[in-house]
Amino acid sequence: MDNHEKLELRRFAAQIRLALLEEIKARGFGHIGGSLSICDLLAVLYGKVMRYKPDDPKWADRDKLVSSKGHAGPAVYATLALKGFFPMEELKTLNRPGTNLPSHCDKNKTPGIDCTTGSLGQGTSQAVGMALGDKLKGRDSRTFLIVGDGELDEGQCWEAAMFTAGKKITNLTWIVDDNKRQLDGYTVDILPLFDLRAKFEAFGFEAIRVKGNDVEALYDALTKKPGDKPIAIIMDNVKGSGVKGIEETPANHSMTLPAETWDTYIEAVKADLAAIEKEVG
Amino acid sequence: MKTIYNGEADSRTFKEMLGTMIPKMLDDDPNLIYLDADLMSCIGTAKYAKAHPDRAINCGIAEGNMAGIAAGLSAAGFNPICHTFGPFASRRCYDQVFLSGGYAHNSMTMIGTDPGVCAAMNGGTHMPFEDVALYRAIPGAIIVDPADTVQFEKVFPKLVAMEGIKYLRVNRKANDRIYDADADFEIGKGVVLREGADITLITAGFMVGRTLKAAAELAEKGIEATVIDMFTLKPLDEALVIEYAKKTGAVVTVENHNAVGGLYSAVADCLAANCPVPMGRVAVEESFGAVGPADYLAEFFGLTVAHILAEAEKTIARK
Repeated sequence: MDNHEKLELRRFAAQIRLALLEEIKARGFGHIGGSLSICDLLAVLYGKVMRYKPDDPKWADRDKLVSSKGHAGPAVYATLALKGFFPMEELKTLNRPGTNLPSHCDKNKTPGIDCTTGSLGQGTSQAVGMALGDKLKGRDSRTFLIVGDGELDEGQCWEAAMFTAGKKITNLTWIVDDNKRQLDGYTVDILPLFDLRAKFEAFGFEAIRVKGNDVEALYDALTKKPGDKPIAIIMDNVKGSGVKGIEETPANHSMTLPAETWDTYIEAVKADLAAIEKEVG
Repeated sequence: MKTIYNGEADSRTFKEMLGTMIPKMLDDDPNLIYLDADLMSCIGTAKYAKAHPDRAINCGIAEGNMAGIAAGLSAAGFNPICHTFGPFASRRCYDQVFLSGGYAHNSMTMIGTDPGVCAAMNGGTHMPFEDVALYRAIPGAIIVDPADTVQFEKVFPKLVAMEGIKYLRVNRKANDRIYDADADFEIGKGVVLREGADITLITAGFMVGRTLKAAAELAEKGIEATVIDMFTLKPLDEALVIEYAKKTGAVVTVENHNAVGGLYSAVADCLAANCPVPMGRVAVEESFGAVGPADYLAEFFGLTVAHILAEAEKTIARK
């Protein structure tokens, strides 16, 4: 990947963060920490990796995204709006009565959302079924599954992981958002996950560890052709990543803040975006 | 409806039916896919699965994962059938069926074998007395509890062809033989097996034969009972329930299930709102399962012909 391509992905990631913050600011509260930590990933997926048609979101041959951490919906919505699945103004309806953008992903409400998630763990098995279905239908689509590190407390994830590797569902890529925190605090304090890479390897995956904000490493991992084993990407990450003030807030799973505070974060991301724009030239 | 009930057991078992019909339906419909949680051998589908691993998938002993995969396959354009024993097809994977299935508008047919006392020698851990209650609480779910293999043969393909969450609770062994081979059924429509003016007995599945027997014994005492096979437990055939409550003025439900949330609850909900009449019930009362032959357990949990007779007479006395 040349520097220009890298900058473009970083720019897209900053645009997603900006749209996300504006979206959550409009409601005053929301699942900001775990949404921010997947923005770089979403930029790479929707910017350079996935095959999709914003004007035909149910196109059967598309690649699919399952954010099993359904509470990261706001980040996915921001990405989809930026890609033209629905108007940007709609982001301001997040969690409003009658909205198409509920706090957790709903495939029957939001154009471009491929799977209904929110009850943690459940997206994993659904992603397996979707990928298996594509394979059996002869479609060359890929399914990308984002799982939270805290979410891996749910036993269902490991049932689905065992099935993915055991049945060689290699058109499904697992991506663990290893952002070290869950709702009540640090994963290491609540229920230690030990070595996630070793765990996925032991479950029969080819496990790759990358920095969650390294767009080039993410791209390389996401486009790596799987051999006999499905690929699991462990994203070494920071909850709230890309917005220093939120990264440094320990309890950032869901935050309720006054408009002025959101504005401070929005200004910081705007400054990041301007710096990237300048570099792009 | 022509019935041939004479107290004899069905000449075919439900296991035979499942083991022949599922492979045939898979062969006939490329969109159909069958998942099991390591109990294929228990319904005679293992051989087919070995030959067709892409159409019949053993998910291992992971029922929640199986239900979630079924939901994903539905989203990908397949029509999944899942099977495991009743408690695992209801309690164990309930949230996955509810959310990944129902809430997400995905379709699946979940087969829970050996309902209630039919779990017999597998005992209390394998004995679902609450599976109907759970599936009734899923919005839009359809629940079928077939009485015999004629009914099963006619209803099963229709159920599989429907959209949404469908739960089939079915014995693996033979129940009593009830229907003539020509009988046909509409999902959502109860079947009047016998007409009588004094009381209506509403039942399903394993209890249909016992209820017919009880009706015959009541007739010997001069009490004429209507017997309805309510093989579709949800949606309930409310019109039929109301019609016969009005005609007979008393209703007793008879079910191989807990009194909470099953057939009794469904009928009581309907009659309380539309046509309150004295009601009684023959059902499992506030109990967990136990081990033993089904007939012993039917006695143990109060599901025998004698219990039906006593409850019918008690309820008629309240008219």
